[in-house]
Formats: sequence, C-alpha cells, structure tokens
Amino acid sequence: MKISVIITLKKDVLDPQGKVIHQALDGMGFNDVNEVRQGKYFEIDTKETNPKKAKDKVEEMCKKLLANLVIENYKIIDAQ
Amino acid sequence: MKSAVITFPGSNCDRDMDVALKKFGFSNKMVWHQDVELPKTDLVVLPGGFSYGDYLRCGSMASKSKIMQSVINFANSGGMVMGICNGFQILVETGLVPGVLLRNKYLEFICKNVFVKISNKDNSYFKNINNNILELHIAHNEGNYFCTKDQLKEIEDNAQIAINYCDQEGKIEEPFNPNGSIKNIAGIFNKEKNVLGMMPHPERMIDPSLSGDDGSIFFKNLINNLK
Repeated sequence: MKISVIITLKKDVLDPQGKVIHQALDGMGFNDVNEVRQGKYFEIDTKETNPKKAKDKVEEMCKKLLANLVIENYKIIDAQ
Repeated sequence: MKSAVITFPGSNCDRDMDVALKKFGFSNKMVWHQDVELPKTDLVVLPGGFSYGDYLRCGSMASKSKIMQSVINFANSGGMVMGICNGFQILVETGLVPGVLLRNKYLEFICKNVFVKISNKDNSYFKNINNNILELHIAHNEGNYFCTKDQLKEIEDNAQIAINYCDQEGKIEEPFNPNGSIKNIAGIFNKEKNVLGMMPHPERMIDPSLSGDDGSIFFKNLINNLK
C-alpha cells in the first residue's frame, strides 16, 4: 500500500526559503498571503497490506530518518 | 598518533584532511563509508563535502552509513571524533552533538575567511593552545546552527560551545555572524567534550602561501595534546 507523509518545519524554526517564496508571490501580485512555509512530501510504497502496521512502520521511518525532530514535524496524511 | 578519515560518496575535503593530518605527524588511514570496522585509531575525522549530494537533509544519509555505527560506538567509549563542515552536519544527524544546521539565514553559499573565538579550552582539542582567536575558512550553505531553548540551556550549562564567530578582536556580535547561527556558534562539543563538530575548515589553513596558517596552530596543538 501507499503511504503519504508530509514533513513541515516547526513553528519557531526560521524558514528563509518560505520567506523568499512569500516575497516573490507578493511581487507577482498575490498580496493577501500571510506566510509561506516550505515542507517535504513523501510517497512510500510498502509491501505491508495492513494499514495500521504500514502506518506504524512509516512512523518509525519518520522518526529515524525522514524527519529531524529537533526542527520538523511529520504527518501521515494518506494510506491506500 | 593514529587518525582515520571517513570518505562518504560526495565527500570532497577528505584528501585535504589527510594531507593536513599527515603534515602535522598523524599516521592517517582513509576509511570507506561501507566498511564496518574502524582501524585502530586515536582520532576519527568526518570530513567536509556534500555526502550523498545533501539529499533529504545535509548529513542525514551519511549518518546512517555502515561505518557510522562503529564511529558512534567509538565516540560513546570516549574516542575523539571531529566533524568538519559536512562532518558537523553528519554529527548532528547521528545525535552525537545536539542541535541541527539549517540553511544559511540569507540563503547564500558562504565561502570566506572568518575569525572564531575559542570558547572552551578545557578539552583535548583546544587545551594548551596559545591563541584565543583563529582565522579559519568557511564554505557552506547549511551552517546556521539551531537548537531548542532547552538544548541551548543544556549546552551552555555544560560549557559545550567550542568556538563562536567573532571579529579580529574576539567580539562575538551579530555583525560577525555569517550565517544566522544561534549565539554565533561555529562549533560545539558533546557533553564529554570528546566529540567536536565545527563548520570552519582548519585543514584549508595549513599553508601561508596558499591561504593562512591558523589551521596549523590547531593541528600542532591537537597532536601534542594526544601524545
């Protein structure tokens, strides 16, 4: 099954890339943007067919490799 | 004195480090990242570069390399492990030193000489060094040292800050902070001070005719401390 994960920077971590993207959007005329935060998206195709087990495994992957928990949060957004 | 430099795919300061260590008297061995065991050594160096193309997060993939379990065991048993630049990024990803290295505040790759003040000499790396300030080279895109407030308190309580960015006179202030690092931190230790991670490259400052000589001061002192 396929598990989707997003990784985002924690609130109090500076995201200079997000800031620059915000400025660019501003310059393009998208004036009503409050803030932009950039993150990462992963699709993990696993042999596991039990959704609970698959999610647990992906959660372990997030903790051990995909996210750095000092600065990032992870969220499993989809499993199918 | 024996040293070992680990080469990861994408390391590019491994040879420079080998040259520097040998110049000051180390008998150095190069170790491939897929090796499982470290040779008998007094010092392990994780060199600068772009291990695994900086994929995912700088240093994250290298921190899971086969050799790293031996490096972690060596560090946990009191062995000296030094990570320079990408090596520092690898160290934070292993958790051997606290914090992370974020993208530089102004999103620029910074390549220039900086001054750093040695903030703690009560360790095998900087003990007996006469200088308080060194001029070293930095070259990085992700050197913006960050940690949580709790971690910072712990780092300060345990005197884990090794070096701070400063000016020629040793003033540690924001205008001399090249990359946005918390408290101008350029290098930190683990609690026990046997593991050192730092962004500046002492191995690039070992020849006055090429660059500068303050790296020589560091290496001469280091080998004397280990003898």
